[in-house]
Amino acid sequence: MADQITIAMEPKETVASGKPVIRLENVFKTYDLGEIQVQALRGVSLEVYEGEFVAVMGPSGSGKSTIMNILGCLDRPTKGRYFLDGVDVSGMTKTQLARIRNRKLGFVFQQFNLLSRTSAVENVELPTVYAGISPEERTKRAMDALTRVGLADRAGHHPSQLSGGQQQRVAIARGLVNRPAILLADEPTGNLDSRTSVEIMDILQTLNNEQGITIVLVTHEPDIAQYAKRNLLFRDGKLKRDSLVQDRLDARVVLKSLPTVEQQAAEDAAEEAQRLARADAPA
Amino acid sequence: MDFMNTFRLALRALARNKMRSALTMLGIIIGVGAVIAVVSIGQGAQYLVQQGIQAMGTNAVFIAAGSNRAGGVRQGYGGVKTLTVDDMNAILREIPLIKQAAPALSSRQQVVYGNQNWNTSITGTAPNYFDIRTWPVQAGSVFSDEEVDIAANVCVIGTTVAKILFVDDNPIGKEIRIGNLPFRVDGVLESKGQNVTGQDQDDVIFAPYTTVQRKISGITWLQFIAASAVSQEASVAAVAPITSLLRERHRIRPGDDDDFLIRTQADIADLQNQTQSTMTYLLGGIASVSLLVGGIGIMNIMLVSVTERTREIGVRMAVGATEDDVRRQFLVEAVTLSMMGGFIGIIFGLVGSALISNLLSWPTLISGKAIIAAVIFSAAVGIFFGYYPAHKAAQLDPIEALRYE
Repeated sequence: MADQITIAMEPKETVASGKPVIRLENVFKTYDLGEIQVQALRGVSLEVYEGEFVAVMGPSGSGKSTIMNILGCLDRPTKGRYFLDGVDVSGMTKTQLARIRNRKLGFVFQQFNLLSRTSAVENVELPTVYAGISPEERTKRAMDALTRVGLADRAGHHPSQLSGGQQQRVAIARGLVNRPAILLADEPTGNLDSRTSVEIMDILQTLNNEQGITIVLVTHEPDIAQYAKRNLLFRDGKLKRDSLVQDRLDARVVLKSLPTVEQQAAEDAAEEAQRLARADAPA
Repeated sequence: MDFMNTFRLALRALARNKMRSALTMLGIIIGVGAVIAVVSIGQGAQYLVQQGIQAMGTNAVFIAAGSNRAGGVRQGYGGVKTLTVDDMNAILREIPLIKQAAPALSSRQQVVYGNQNWNTSITGTAPNYFDIRTWPVQAGSVFSDEEVDIAANVCVIGTTVAKILFVDDNPIGKEIRIGNLPFRVDGVLESKGQNVTGQDQDDVIFAPYTTVQRKISGITWLQFIAASAVSQEASVAAVAPITSLLRERHRIRPGDDDDFLIRTQADIADLQNQTQSTMTYLLGGIASVSLLVGGIGIMNIMLVSVTERTREIGVRMAVGATEDDVRRQFLVEAVTLSMMGGFIGIIFGLVGSALISNLLSWPTLISGKAIIAAVIFSAAVGIFFGYYPAHKAAQLDPIEALRYE
C-alpha cells in the first residue's frame, strides 16, 4: 500500500560539498574456518559522503552483515583499507577500534539491545560513560538525544515499559548521543510492525534531512530501502549495484495515509458504542 | 570509565540478583566471621595467660634446687641440699641485675582451726616474696623481717584456706594449728585464682622461712629462691651469671650437670604464648579454608553472570567499552561481592565472639590485625577468583556477543 503513495523526493545530487566519511579501498574479508576458507567480501570499494542516507541490501550470504561489521569497526578487513572520517582504521588494535566506535559511530540494532532494568536515559547515556564525560554533561546530552527522538517524557521508563517502537527510538538516541560521524542501523525495523517501521524511518529521515546525520542502513526489505537516498546491492561478497533511489518515500507522508493508533482506537470505540446501543434498545 | 562509575555499576548489577548475591557472599561471610571469632577466642585465651603470667611478676627469676645423683639414682627437683640462704645473699651481692630475692621452702601439713581442718602447703619465705610475686594482702598484714629473724609462729593465708577454715569468721589475729604448732594469722592474701595449669593458687599458707626450716621441716637448706630482676630483659640476662655463680659456689666440675634449675617468667610466658598462638593459627587456618570455598563460589557465580550478560557485554563493546573496561567492570563486581561479604563477615565475627564471651564466658579479645587481614584477604579472594571470569568477558568478540541468544 505504501507503494501507492510514492512521493518523489528530489534526490540531492550526491552531496558535492562533503568529504567521504567512509572510504573502502578494495576490501576483502576471509573467514578461516579451519578446513575451509569463506570469502565474505571480495574486493569492495565504495565511498559514503557526509549527509548521505545509504541502504545496504542483499540476500543472506551476500556479505552485507560483514560489510556492516567492518563499517562498524567491530571487525577488521583481511585485505584492503578502510578510511573512516579520513582516518585509516584497517590496522587499528581492538582498544583503538573501541575508541573509534565510541566517538565516531552510533549503532542501532534489530533487537534494540537496550540494557534491561535500566532507564531509557541511562541506556542513552551508555556511550558517554565510556567517553569519559562528566555525569552532569552525560545526563544533559542523553536528555537532548531523547528529545530528538521525541521520548523526553519517557526518560525514566525501563525498556520493559516501552513499546518496540519506543525502544528502538531509545536505541537511536543512544546511537546519537556521542555525536557520531555515522549512524549505522542493522535491520532497525526487522522486529517492528509496519506502522512502527515507518515511524522509525521517519525519525531517521528527519535526522538525515534536518540535522545532516549520515546514515547507513542494512535491510532486506525493498520498501524500507526506498526511504534512503542511495541503495547499495551486495551479492556474493561484491558490490553489485550502486544506485540513487528513484521515487524516494517520505515517511511523514506515508504515515498520514496509515491509521494512527488513536484513530484505530476511536474506530474500535465507535463500533463498541454502536453495539451497546443496539443491545440497550431491545423494546 | 572512572572508578566510582564502575563501582556503582557493580552495585546495581549485584542488586539485580539479590538472592544470588547474598548466597554467594555467604561463603565469604562464614569464612571471615569464623576467622574473626576463632582468632578473637584464641587471642582472649592468650591474653588470659599473659595476665596470669604478669600477675606472677614478669621480672621474676625462679631458682629451684635441682636433682641430686646418689650413685646413679637421680632425685627430683628440690632433692639437693645445696641451695642455701647464703647462695641467695651471694646472688644479691654479686649480680646487680637482680633487685631482690626471697628464700622459699614448702611442706604439706594438716592445719586445724576450731572444728575445721585442711591439708595444704606451708611455704616458708621472707616478706619481700610478696613484692616479687606482686601479691598483696587483702586484710591484715604480712609478717615482718624481725619475725623471720626470731622464727615466730605467724602466718598469712590464702583465700581458699581462709574460706575452708574460717568460713565466715574473720581470720585476722586468730590462732590456727599447723602440724602440732600454733600459729597466729596475720593476714589474708588477695585471691589469685587458678594458675595457667589450673592449680588453685589461693590454697596456701605462708610463714617465715626460718620457722618452717626449724620447726616444721627440720632442714637448713632451701627448695627455691624467688628473685626479681630490674627489668624483664634483665631477668633473661641474669640467667647466665647466676648459673656460673651457683656452679662455683656448689663446686660443680665443668661438664657435670647443674644441681639447680633457673626459670624466668619470660621463658614461661614464651612457652605459653607459643602454645596459644599455634592453636590460634591452626584454627584460623581451618577457618580460612571456608574463605577459599567462598572464593570458588564467587568465581562460579561470576562465570554464570558473564554468560548471562553476553549480550550486555556485546552492547557495551559496540558503544565503545574497551577490553579493559569490561574486565574492570566484572573484576570490580567480584571484589565488591567478596568485600561486602568480608565486611558483613566481620560484623558476624564480632557479634559471634561477643555472644561466645557472654554466653560461655570465654574470654575473647578482638584482634585488629585479624580484621585487617580479613579485609585484605577477602579483597584478594575477589581479585583472584574474579579475574578469570572478567578476563573471559573481556575476550568476547562483540559480533558474537551481540548475536548471543
